[in-house]
Amino acid sequence: MSRRADFPLLANTPGLHYLDSAATSQKPRVVLDAIRDYYERDNANPHRGAYDLSARATQRYADARARIARFAGVADPDTLIFTRGTTEALNLVATAWGREHVGRGDEIVLTGMEHHANFVPWQQLALAAGARLRICELTGDGRIDLDRFASLLSAKTKVVAFNHVSNALGTINPVREIAALARQRSPEAIVVCDGAQSVPHLPVRVDDLDVDFYAFSGHKMCGPMGVGAVVGRRALLEKMPPYQMGGDMIEFVGDDRSTWNVLPHKFEAGTPNVAGAVGLAAACDYLDGVGMDAVRAHELELLQPMIAKLSAVEGVRIFGPRDLALRSGVVSFNVADIHPHDLSTVLDHDGVCIRAGHHCAQPLMRRLNVPATARASVYLYSEAADVDALVAGVRRAKEMFAVS
Amino acid sequence: MTALTMANLEALYQEVILDHNRKPRNFREIENADRRIEGRNPLCGDEITLWVKLDGDRVSDVGFKGTGCAVSKSSASLMTAAVKGKTIAEALALFERFHEMITGKMPEGEREKMGSLAALGGVSRFPIRVKCASLSWHALKSALEQGPAEITTDFEGPPQTEGA
Repeated sequence: MSRRADFPLLANTPGLHYLDSAATSQKPRVVLDAIRDYYERDNANPHRGAYDLSARATQRYADARARIARFAGVADPDTLIFTRGTTEALNLVATAWGREHVGRGDEIVLTGMEHHANFVPWQQLALAAGARLRICELTGDGRIDLDRFASLLSAKTKVVAFNHVSNALGTINPVREIAALARQRSPEAIVVCDGAQSVPHLPVRVDDLDVDFYAFSGHKMCGPMGVGAVVGRRALLEKMPPYQMGGDMIEFVGDDRSTWNVLPHKFEAGTPNVAGAVGLAAACDYLDGVGMDAVRAHELELLQPMIAKLSAVEGVRIFGPRDLALRSGVVSFNVADIHPHDLSTVLDHDGVCIRAGHHCAQPLMRRLNVPATARASVYLYSEAADVDALVAGVRRAKEMFAVS
Repeated sequence: MTALTMANLEALYQEVILDHNRKPRNFREIENADRRIEGRNPLCGDEITLWVKLDGDRVSDVGFKGTGCAVSKSSASLMTAAVKGKTIAEALALFERFHEMITGKMPEGEREKMGSLAALGGVSRFPIRVKCASLSWHALKSALEQGPAEITTDFEGPPQTEGA
């Protein structure tokens, strides 16, 4: 049965082939309803008012945190800090932990497939601290070679940061193995994982991954824009200084000094995005209703024909792992010498939405030696017709640009 | 379901555009150029290097190299042909008119007077592609407006708000 009916935008737009879910997902009606319900019944500033309505808003916010923690396999909800999304989550770690622990001569180890959000904060931290950025080069099919990665790790390593799933290649990385290598060779390093592309598409139990920080975004997993989270190890979060200062995050403010609130509030300065958290919790309900194993299975069912049919078109070059077990529902490709932007414009004519560009991963584009790629990505509401429309559009673009 | 019609798509990718994309004119470095400028469009990663040779206040030669989509490459190619032989003031005035055309601000009937540049008129239906068509022109403008002492300038690309 089609899940399009659950998503008002898709239901209202027959003929739309939305293949850009790695950028942001569409939203099911239950999420939109939950946000509306919060504003219509329980809206007040949480943690502040000594009246029942404020208490209800506070409860909705706390319940949302607990629900999202349960979805992501986090036993201690207070270690799940709400942020605007993955970008703010990673900046929080790079700033609050990084500034105190990374100094001259230290090393930060990343991979060549990081999104700018998990690259630039570390690059700038390294520049400010006089530390060295070490970038793990990838295999020909866009994977991390564990031996090569291990060779970059040493006692000097203070940060190991990498994505769980690459936004540009779809590569699923072996998080536990990388974390184990880091523990073994770099005992002082924190292990930071960007989960923006994994939590929406795979069953993820953060507590089982043995990382120190794990970040994800709500809007890529059927939730609203502007809410996400970083899950951190309690001992580290308690020792870290706050990221932003203001209301809610303090315990006591004196004229000369202040003390900080307990977790999670210490890292959530200002009025929180309660509606966003409520919406994301509803998204977790929706996804659990489908089952994350079923989400993954559905994506694989589309990924297999998408790769097979695109590969059958002469001139198509597909980037990333050939083994589908190591690839999420993302296919990055180029078509002969047609620029991805031109391809995207032609596909748009057929209602096919793909991403064209560098995918906020310029270091990766340099390593692939291409200025840009086209990227099609699926989700639980994608259908075989979307894949067929994509392939038909690619063939049409080839005719239009007269490449054989 | 989409505002994009076949007519719009064909107007964008006219034969002239496809031809200049396949075989860009003046796609070469100019030795002893008076101006050299690098431009990029940070949103899509398009890059262009432009060389300008001046004879007094006249553009005697223009060449370019770089990577980009069909719109940006053909626009650069058509531009080099259009401004060669023009004075700096004439070239800058032509940019103003070109910009009016691709942003849909050109009065009815004026487009025919744009010569071969009229082939890019279809861009006005695609606001997100205005940046592609204007990249080389913004680079030219920066090159022509900079002092003769400066040979290389890093140019940041079209304004972020353009077309959006």
